[in-house]
Amino acid sequence: MRVAGALIAIALALALQTTLARFVVGGSTPIDLVLVAVVYVALTSGAASGMLAGSVAGLIQDALASNIIGIGGLAKSIVGFVVGAIGQQFIVTAAIPRLLVFMGATAVHALLFQGLYVALGLRTFSSPWAAVATQALGNTFVGMVAFATVESLPGMMERRRMSRRHKV
Amino acid sequence: MALLDIRQRVGWLFMTVTVMHLILISAQVQTRRGVPMLEQAIFGTMAEVQRVTTGGIGEARGFWQSYVNLRETGRENEALKQRVSQLEVALQRERALAGQTRVLQEMLQLKTETQFATTPAMIIASGASPEFRTLTLDKGSSQGLAADMAVLAPAGVVGRVILPTPRAAKVQLIIDRNAAAAGLVERSRAQGVVVGTGSDRMRFEYVPGTADLKVGDRVVTSGMDGIYPKGFVIGLIESIQRTAGEFSDVLIRPSVNLSALETVLVVTSATEVPKADRPVATQ
Repeated sequence: MRVAGALIAIALALALQTTLARFVVGGSTPIDLVLVAVVYVALTSGAASGMLAGSVAGLIQDALASNIIGIGGLAKSIVGFVVGAIGQQFIVTAAIPRLLVFMGATAVHALLFQGLYVALGLRTFSSPWAAVATQALGNTFVGMVAFATVESLPGMMERRRMSRRHKV
Repeated sequence: MALLDIRQRVGWLFMTVTVMHLILISAQVQTRRGVPMLEQAIFGTMAEVQRVTTGGIGEARGFWQSYVNLRETGRENEALKQRVSQLEVALQRERALAGQTRVLQEMLQLKTETQFATTPAMIIASGASPEFRTLTLDKGSSQGLAADMAVLAPAGVVGRVILPTPRAAKVQLIIDRNAAAAGLVERSRAQGVVVGTGSDRMRFEYVPGTADLKVGDRVVTSGMDGIYPKGFVIGLIESIQRTAGEFSDVLIRPSVNLSALETVLVVTSATEVPKADRPVATQ
């Protein structure tokens, strides 16, 4: 069930990412929804699931983005593993820790992703700090919203069910 | 359940996923030389493996070759040792022949220079008792040897025949305790009697106190004894002692190395003969 949920989350994130990118000026968005999904899976399912989710999602993202296939996968699998491990070792249910995890995951991902490209001599990134910071804020926002939404869904469903019963 | 197992091995899984990603990346990224990184990494790794393998095989082959060579060398060494032994024996034989030839040449020269009838003889034995300094010759009375015949060597006087048998003869050495020979100092012509002491030295006795003797003087036979022909070297004066104006002890060192003799000349006739009439030496 968790695997299915993880796969759905990743697929949804990929779909939104590729769809939303067209509506942003310049064709790129400062938010990495796939990374948000990976962090979410890692925090909710653990290191192994986070790593596998990151690997699969990153590979697909690489393939779709015409990147070197594997760099994004490697970066996201490492991030998924580390975040999952943190989620297993610490209580990351409050807002602040989640916020820090999202920001840290974004920074680590950017460091790995851009670092690998630079190390392999494939690309250069001019003034990456601002872009990374922007993305970290965007990812954190989206991630916090996503968590809040998912966690509030059962209550909302229950309230709606209750209100229908009252009407009947 | 399987997922649980995977989670338990999450560390290995993480390593596997990471390596797979790296391989995947390497397959696409090219180096500055235009070669895919994966190809370069695999080639580099395999090259090292091949290098190690080849090195190992080379070492093993070298070790085996060394072992084989060592065995070959061992066999060769044994053969060479045998060959060296054979050659050493041959060399000793050649040296012996050369030495014998040299001695015979010296004997021949002595025989040529000697104005007496002589016959060469081989020494076949030495004295049985240390008290009596004797030699045994391979010739005896049937070859014309008789008692009191002088026995000479290229370096000087050896002794005299004391017991001839038909096929051998015993020779009393000049150093024997009972041996004596009339001698004179070659330089001063001082006369005396050379007497054996039984050791490796002789004593010059009956020398007048007025005689002129010096250490190092050569003492030769005077011929007065009727046994030893005149003029053959007996030895050199080694030490002189005087007591009350007389010579009390004059020691002579033999000129012949009596312990290394192989061949001698026996003077069969003390009568001088013309060179043309001398018999041909037989051995």
